[in-house]
Amino acid sequence: MNLEIEVSEGQVETIVKLSGEIDAYTATKLKETLLTLTNQLDKLVIVDLEHVNYMDSTGLGVFVSALKASKENDSHLKLIQIQKRVFRLFKITGLDEIIDVHAIVRGENKNGII
Amino acid sequence: MESFDFVEMKIPAKAEYVGVLRLTLSGIANRMGFSYEDIEDLKVAVSEAITNAVTHAYDDTELGEITICFGIYPNRLEIMVADHGGSFNLKDIKNKIGPYHPKEPIENLREGGFGLFLIDTLMDKVQINNEYGVIVLMTKYLNETEVDFSDDQISTTQ
Repeated sequence: MNLEIEVSEGQVETIVKLSGEIDAYTATKLKETLLTLTNQLDKLVIVDLEHVNYMDSTGLGVFVSALKASKENDSHLKLIQIQKRVFRLFKITGLDEIIDVHAIVRGENKNGII
Repeated sequence: MESFDFVEMKIPAKAEYVGVLRLTLSGIANRMGFSYEDIEDLKVAVSEAITNAVTHAYDDTELGEITICFGIYPNRLEIMVADHGGSFNLKDIKNKIGPYHPKEPIENLREGGFGLFLIDTLMDKVQINNEYGVIVLMTKYLNETEVDFSDDQISTTQ
């Protein structure tokens, strides 16, 4: 029920690895972390959601604010390895057209994800 | 009257209890035989309803309780989420929900307000009453082909 956030900051790109659940309780900490990163100029922030097995609209809200912050600072936010069920929420809400999101690609299912 | 099992829980209106409720919900839905996908939909929808209650119903100084009831029927699960705090204007809220449009400028994107939209999308039936606080009643059928209430018409599954 918790969310672990692991940040590895590089010269150009910063990778944020998440594992656990993103909900109203864990979103606060995630928002703080992501806003600190996306408020920097010219950054590439890559969020790895491979181990996020649950997310609801509070998570979507966090990614929308991080996206806004990144645009204001000429940075780029990219979400990768999103689990199928979590990716579905981006699709339903139309956010997959707005945020740079990539669903997880399993070996046997390279072409037809979702 | 149709017989059903009833489970009721009261939790403090705090974000840390949303996950606790999700565990209970998964347990009930799993026992009823819902598919993995349906259980995930239920978890999101119910969390949205509780998160709404936690966020909107009480201000920081006054913490209340949220009541969650599960009505367990042979063919469906009904979940009611009730707060006893202030009510909102349903018409206002309905105007603010819905999916994003790709052409909308990024500055205008909402950071919240997806809750009701997701509940509506993920559940089979949703009713909201806001006369006394806010009550959200959500229904998910065990098998979507079985939505007809009339017994003699259910013939698709054994």
